[in-house]
Amino acid sequence: MPNQPKTSADGAIRNPLIALARWGEEFKEIFTARVSERQLGFRYTWYLGALTLGTFTIQISTGILLMLYYHPSIPQAYADMKDLHFAISSGMFLRNLHRWSAHAMVLLVFLHMAKVFYRGAYRPPRELNWIVGVFLLLMTLLLSYTGYLLPWDQLSYWGTTVGSNIMSSIPIIGNKLRFILLGGNSVNANALIRFYVLHTVILPLAVILLVVIHLWRLHKDGGMHSEPVEKSGEKP
Amino acid sequence: MPDEHNKETMGRAPGDMDRRQFFIKLGATSLAVAGVGACVFGVQYLSPSVLYEPSPIVNAGMPEHYPIDSVTLDPRYGIFVVRLPEGFYAMSAICTHLGCLSVWKPEAGVIACPCHGSSFQRDGKVIAGPAPRPLPWLKMWTSDEGSLMVDRGSPVPSESEYVRA
Repeated sequence: MPNQPKTSADGAIRNPLIALARWGEEFKEIFTARVSERQLGFRYTWYLGALTLGTFTIQISTGILLMLYYHPSIPQAYADMKDLHFAISSGMFLRNLHRWSAHAMVLLVFLHMAKVFYRGAYRPPRELNWIVGVFLLLMTLLLSYTGYLLPWDQLSYWGTTVGSNIMSSIPIIGNKLRFILLGGNSVNANALIRFYVLHTVILPLAVILLVVIHLWRLHKDGGMHSEPVEKSGEKP
Repeated sequence: MPDEHNKETMGRAPGDMDRRQFFIKLGATSLAVAGVGACVFGVQYLSPSVLYEPSPIVNAGMPEHYPIDSVTLDPRYGIFVVRLPEGFYAMSAICTHLGCLSVWKPEAGVIACPCHGSSFQRDGKVIAGPAPRPLPWLKMWTSDEGSLMVDRGSPVPSESEYVRA
């Protein structure tokens, strides 16, 4: 039996390539339902969701590298940003990659949503995935907003001041929300550390959780393929 | 087992709950109380009790430092000190639109906000732009040493009175 993997007496696979392939098969079973290749193809998706996930991966990897040199404190934040730009090897490249990838991510999320919308792929049974996607859009915008303050320059300071004042116009709870977000009455040291924690820990974890749910529902409910779905004998 | 179920429910009024239902309700209520408590504690924890922010009361310096008919911005505190022949008044420099720091433009004789283009008269009234309200006047007085003092946390009605020093 030439195709049979070589196993030892205890049943373990000795060929590492075959062992890897088998583990890969096991990971595939995380998703209990299969999604057809056609539904994930370029014709239906333009790969916009995958590209968005790609930019998010760039954000995580470049973000972790930027964290190694950035201190979220008023005396150091601006100087660290300048160091990253002018003193640290490849710092300018990493920071610009982080920045342009962030812009691309926002753009791709919008395009992805537009594509889903115009294909009608938000309709049952995919409505839950559409709602998860809306929350992912919200998280993306919050990530952009919290990252905006971190260079601690004039633009970021006043941008955050304006943004937080927009929040305080929410009736009744607006001022309290602004106070909690900033950790005070104005954009200062508390606001910087809060935005840093939101930007580097809380929001990325929320995005990862939502992306996992998004992919799980993609496999369960199908992708952008918008052929009429039979549900209770009716065609929507 | 319907017979056992009948046995269990025998002798109870229809509205009574069995042990399972009781514990489910008890558990759900406990979780709800814990959830609300966690939210309350969370909001309290996230609202700082001690703030290392500048005091709202600031010393704007001696009156003779301000020429007559001048509008002076103090960007550290976000206030304008205006000196007219009649006396002094202080005004917030924080734009009433979205909180940017406005500046005095002497060549145009207006206070302008760089963020969204609001402009104000020297007394704080809105001339143009999205600002919904005039710049508030602030409580001002002279200290025992003769310095001009401003309380940024105490707005007063516009054109209420001038401080003489």
